Amino acid sequence: MQAFLDQLWIARWPLWDGLLLTAGIAAAAIAFGTLLGGIVGVQLAYAPWWLRLPFRLYVDIMRGTPVLVLILAAFYIPAVAGLSLGPTEAGTLALTLFAGAHIGELLRGSLQAIPPGQAEAGRSIGLTFPQLLAYVLLPQAARSALPPWINTGVELIKGSSLLSIIGVGELLLRTQEVIGRTFMTIQFYIFAGIVYLVINIALDQLGKSLERRVGQH
Amino acid sequence: MNKPQPLLAIRGLTKQFGAVEVLKGVDLDLDQGDVVSIIGSSGSGKTTLLRCVNLLEEYQGGDIVLDGETIGYRSVNGRRHRLGDRALSRQRAMTGMVFQSFNLFPHLSAAGNVMLGLRKVLKLPKAEARAIAETWLARVGLAARADHYPSQLSGGQQQRVAIARALAMNPKLVLLDEVTSALDPELVQEVLNTVKGIAEDGATLLIVTHEMRFARDVSSRVVFMEQGRIHEEGPAAEIFGNPKSARLAEFLRNTRH
Repeated sequence: MQAFLDQLWIARWPLWDGLLLTAGIAAAAIAFGTLLGGIVGVQLAYAPWWLRLPFRLYVDIMRGTPVLVLILAAFYIPAVAGLSLGPTEAGTLALTLFAGAHIGELLRGSLQAIPPGQAEAGRSIGLTFPQLLAYVLLPQAARSALPPWINTGVELIKGSSLLSIIGVGELLLRTQEVIGRTFMTIQFYIFAGIVYLVINIALDQLGKSLERRVGQH
Repeated sequence: MNKPQPLLAIRGLTKQFGAVEVLKGVDLDLDQGDVVSIIGSSGSGKTTLLRCVNLLEEYQGGDIVLDGETIGYRSVNGRRHRLGDRALSRQRAMTGMVFQSFNLFPHLSAAGNVMLGLRKVLKLPKAEARAIAETWLARVGLAARADHYPSQLSGGQQQRVAIARALAMNPKLVLLDEVTSALDPELVQEVLNTVKGIAEDGATLLIVTHEMRFARDVSSRVVFMEQGRIHEEGPAAEIFGNPKSARLAEFLRNTRH
């Protein structure tokens, strides 16, 4: 145990950097993915069918493809097209597209679950459609979408570990590098596992407290 | 040409849901300050008529003219086109609607519900909107409930907030769609009294109701609809006291007990 702790101390900065990168990539993906998903969800719920179709295709393709395949595609396809994306950019792109599809779909569900009388009441006082969305529909959809949205964040933290295979120096790759030097395989994998677990439980608790705060009415 | 133009003129209104003809040519005029109740059995088209006036439904034929403006559609080279979102929204703001199921915004307080249209549609400053909201909530007897959320209010209180929300916008015309049908029996009267109060204040009301005694008390005119048409109309006393058509007499017999 003492030997492990000594090695952990020696490796603390690379592991810390890896953790920061994991958190940063997941945060960027949830932020951009929420923007993207906001647009996608609204289109899926309200656009005419010909406009809905490309969004539907995007969502179904993203949701039907393993995250690992998305990551590899985001890494290799731009290179073929002559765009050079670094592994971190490519990885963030892949996770953003993944998050956008999931958030779009869950927002669609939340919007469609709002009773039609809400939109009618908003229209009857003279709100335009953008106002109706901003002040009546999205605030209500956001409440019911909150738990699955937090869940998407947890999926992104876990999914970011897959970026290690395209060489992004996030927590898992850093851990593997330390194992390569120290051969303390079990100890460091367990350590990394605990770090992921702590982050995700914290995120879950954050979500629950948010839910309690907005769920009062 | 001495008669002033009516506030609301419905001319030859027809509407189909697919193959089903719901409105088969409805003509109806309302003058400023009129209180008109529409009665009739379920499926007679009375709620659909109200929803057409508030532009919540599209209709296939006829015109609705509100305060001199043909609403909902414009004619280009003899073809009707539904107006766009902005124009429809502007026209909807001229009428207020109170729904059977209240439809309060659950994420906003009572005052927030009343203020939303004042702030975003009429673009009033916050303090002014709040003052108007408080005045109207007081008018419907809910001054003390301004900061309560809909889930903390009874059905009757929610419906009174909905009435305040509609009237605060100072609409030319208020549409009331079976406003007591979703209420517990002991809460009906408080809502009817509120409606009666605003009618006495001079608001122009078009009411769809199943409360015959209320229709008789509050209305200047009563319209009996049957199968998508206006079957009979006249002063409340005449419609209830001396129905001309056998169908209306039968309807009144069936609803009294």
